[in-house]
Formats: sequence, C-alpha cells, structure tokens
Amino acid sequence: MARISVQTEDFDIGAEIAALTAGRTDIGGIGCFIGTVRDQPGPRDAAASPPVVAMTLEHYPGMTERAIERIVTSAEARWPLLGCTVIHRVGTLRAGENIVLVIAASSHRQAALDATAFLIDWLKTKAPFWKREEFVDGQGTWVEAQEADDDAAARWQSL
Amino acid sequence: MNKPLTILYFAWLRERVGRSQEELHLSPGIHTVADLVTYLADRGAGYATAFQNRRTIRCAVNQEFADPDAAVHPGDEIAFFPPVTGG
Repeated sequence: MARISVQTEDFDIGAEIAALTAGRTDIGGIGCFIGTVRDQPGPRDAAASPPVVAMTLEHYPGMTERAIERIVTSAEARWPLLGCTVIHRVGTLRAGENIVLVIAASSHRQAALDATAFLIDWLKTKAPFWKREEFVDGQGTWVEAQEADDDAAARWQSL
Repeated sequence: MNKPLTILYFAWLRERVGRSQEELHLSPGIHTVADLVTYLADRGAGYATAFQNRRTIRCAVNQEFADPDAAVHPGDEIAFFPPVTGG
C-alpha cells in the first residue's frame, strides 16, 4: 500500500522512511529521491535569466492524486515493491526548499533504485503539476516542459 | 436542458483566459475536444491568446488525459493546461 500525498507543508524524510519500514524485516533496499527548488532556471533560459528566488507549484486537485496512483501502480507492476511513498508539495516554495519525495522499497537494491528513477521520471511527465519560476527581479515565468524529461520517461516504456 | 460542461483552466491558460473554471452548455456541432477548442478560441481576446498554439495545449476529460479527437458529453469535466512540469 503506497502512501501518496499532495500537500503544501514540508516533509520529514527520516520520518517517512521510518513509517515505511516500521515493523518490517523483509525490506533489503530503499531508494529515495528528493527534488528541491534550484536557484538557476532550466537550460533553455539559464543564460538570459536572473536567479530564481521561488517557485509556485500549481496542480489539478483530484486528477493529480489519481495520476500518481496510476504511476505507482505501474511501478508495482514492473518491480516487486514492498513499500512506496510519493509526496509532492504545491504552493509557493523558496529556493532550497523541498518539492518532491519519492521512496521505493524492495528486497533488493536494483528494484528499489530503478523504481525510484521510474517514479520520478513518470511524475515529471504524467502528473498534472505546473511550475512557475519567480526571479530575483520580481518577474516570473511558467517553466516549459523539456524534451529530455519525455525521453527519460519513455525509456521505461519497453520495460 | 442538458447538464453543462465544467471547464477548468490551469497555469498560463488560466491566466490568459482570466478564470480558472466555468460552466458551458454544449452547443450543437461540438462533439470532440478539438471542436470545443475551436469554439472556445472564438470567445474573445483572452481565449484567442490562450488557444493560439494548440500544440502547446494538453487536455483531460473527466480527469484522464485526452486527445483532441476524444468525445465530449454533457456533464463532462474538461480541463485545459500546458504540458506538465512537476517533479
């Protein structure tokens, strides 16, 4: 049973791992990815742009949770997962703050690591979130989708 | 009277249209998402700007990603938004 949450508040990585592993002795590997707000914009705009001070995450309540559930189900079909946590923050986040947490646990490391990479790759391309970057000069812009993200998500299709 | 569509807009589509949500009764001739986009794009300057470049617009029908040729029915929840950028 996966834990999925879309929330404004920050997450406690240690507490989330502890909750996922509590009372279990069958887990042999835990993969973890944390996405954070970077002070530099994406490659497309990096040269011309001032530093990013904050990012606002918008989402589609209802569809977001369903999309994440579907992504987790796809991961569970590909790897023998023993636990899974996906927490995605929304609202305005300052540079350096956490955005997203993905944890995947399995009996062996390769499944845990691969499932973690799969989950974040698919989250970036198949869950309805939108990022707006706010710059130090007070301007802002919606982040454009990157082809590299689609490529990263597509490499799991054949699995 | 048929149940209206609920139409949702996100990110820069919401900003350009100037609202996040509206209800709309299906006009005759609107059968697909593409028909609806053509109809909406003709509703005023904000809509025209929002729907200018259709390649940059994604859609969901009843909270499932949908193609332009997906069918639209009374009471459906239709959302328009740019390609997603979460994670």
